Amino acid sequence: MRKTLEIASSPHVASGASVELIMRNVVYALLPVVAFAVFAFGLAALLVILTATLACVGTEHACNRLAGRESTLGDGSVVITGLLYGLVLPPALPLWMVAVGGIFGVGVGKFLFGGLGANAFNPALVGRAFLQAAFPGAMTYWSPAFTPGRFSELPGSILTLPFAEPAFDAVTAATPLSALKFRDTGTEMADLALGLTSGSVGETCAVLILAGGVYLVARNMMNWRIPVAILATVALMSLVAGAVAPGAYPDPAFMLFSGGLMLGAVYMATDPVASPITNAGCWLYGLLIGALVVVIRFWGGMPEGVMYAILLANAVSPHIDNVIQPRVYGTAR
Amino acid sequence: MSNPSTDDFVRGLWRQNPVFVQLLGLCPALAVSNSAINSLTMGLATSFVLLASGLVISSIRSWVPADVRIVTYICIIASFVTCVDFTIKAISLELHKSLGAFISLIVVNCLILGRAESFASRNTPVRAVLDALGMGAGFTVSLLLIGSVREILGSGTLFGMAVLPAGFQTWTVMILPSGGFFVLALWLLIINRWQQAAERTGSPAAEGAGK
Repeated sequence: MRKTLEIASSPHVASGASVELIMRNVVYALLPVVAFAVFAFGLAALLVILTATLACVGTEHACNRLAGRESTLGDGSVVITGLLYGLVLPPALPLWMVAVGGIFGVGVGKFLFGGLGANAFNPALVGRAFLQAAFPGAMTYWSPAFTPGRFSELPGSILTLPFAEPAFDAVTAATPLSALKFRDTGTEMADLALGLTSGSVGETCAVLILAGGVYLVARNMMNWRIPVAILATVALMSLVAGAVAPGAYPDPAFMLFSGGLMLGAVYMATDPVASPITNAGCWLYGLLIGALVVVIRFWGGMPEGVMYAILLANAVSPHIDNVIQPRVYGTAR
Repeated sequence: MSNPSTDDFVRGLWRQNPVFVQLLGLCPALAVSNSAINSLTMGLATSFVLLASGLVISSIRSWVPADVRIVTYICIIASFVTCVDFTIKAISLELHKSLGAFISLIVVNCLILGRAESFASRNTPVRAVLDALGMGAGFTVSLLLIGSVREILGSGTLFGMAVLPAGFQTWTVMILPSGGFFVLALWLLIINRWQQAAERTGSPAAEGAGK
């Protein structure tokens, strides 16, 4: 028997939760959302999510090969990135654009920063933000949900040849937020909660997203403070805005259940790498995201601001960690 | 003092390329490189100012007191920038508008003051001219490299002529400021890899790189 003194740094007690285990559970939690996305938008959503995941996984593999590192596909993190990235894209987006954003998100947003554990920003959102800047037209074309032929035919734009300009179908739908911002029409609350509206592939059904979040929180695999802080801030700020100027701003329930807020708060903002470490830091981080979402939605030029709010808060999160440091055990209070 | 050599000229093109190696003059390199014609104009304008100010500064270098040299250089540079400003305005008002304040800002381009301070003020006019030509050419080529990629991807054209088939989806991000950062970073990546590979094989192209 080998008798050497082994000195290990903390933690000394492991709960058995590994990156793989957590990532697998996040995939389980996401499956209902993915299933609903395919149910609502049909084959198009399936193709978008598949392409997004393949592009992200392929990029991760290729980057590791280029750098001569061991493949990191096994930890499953890039599959989550790919799934989440697919879920935040418009359903009729040409597949080549889906691939471009995935390559950019993982290649630039994750790999150039040093891979899993070092990415300053959520790679899925980096990919989406790049597409938003590169192809603003395609990224704001929304096809209607629940069309009768959605399982047998595809939107004309989705199979556009690489680098060619997509020709979108004449029938478009407005997301609840853009309908409110540009046409001043509201949406039925039940439709919002159940996801009977148009929007990004996986952002529409708030109920299923929340259920997945509750599952992850119950298994202690997600810091519940972040989504709670975000949602509470958004609700409070829109409540106050509604009280100050009645009728000028959407009510809190609409704010909570429309757009990408649920998906962003539950799955995007809680990226364990790009969010703060301490619990107090998470509260502050959530508050910042919530406030930015409200500011962008109310007074910004765009109808939706969850993506930019989260990316900006990602940038601030190391500074939050610097300011809010836990007291070292044994030192003066 | 050493004699003029071809190295005075060649250095600026590659080994000490102002944009890609010294990372000087990045403000115009990022800001006005959204099309090839803007890049070319900015490159030529900067080259002219480099050349003229290098020649003058090097000719009067023994009469300029060290205490006021920066002020003197700036005055000389600013005079030539004013000439360039009016010339561009006379040739094409449209071009002048699209370059905006960046023409006047050539005065504070660190590349020009840097060459004046570190080279022209210590060397003979002949060497200063060779150096300015090399640095100017290096700067122009770098800007053209960035500008061409941005214009082709961002507008599907090069010098205003369509180079990509109709129906090409343009990448709006490339003509936005962020596109400048992406393309510059991409070129830096390519050039750094190239130089590292050259260093490993010991080819002369790598000599003194990064110094």
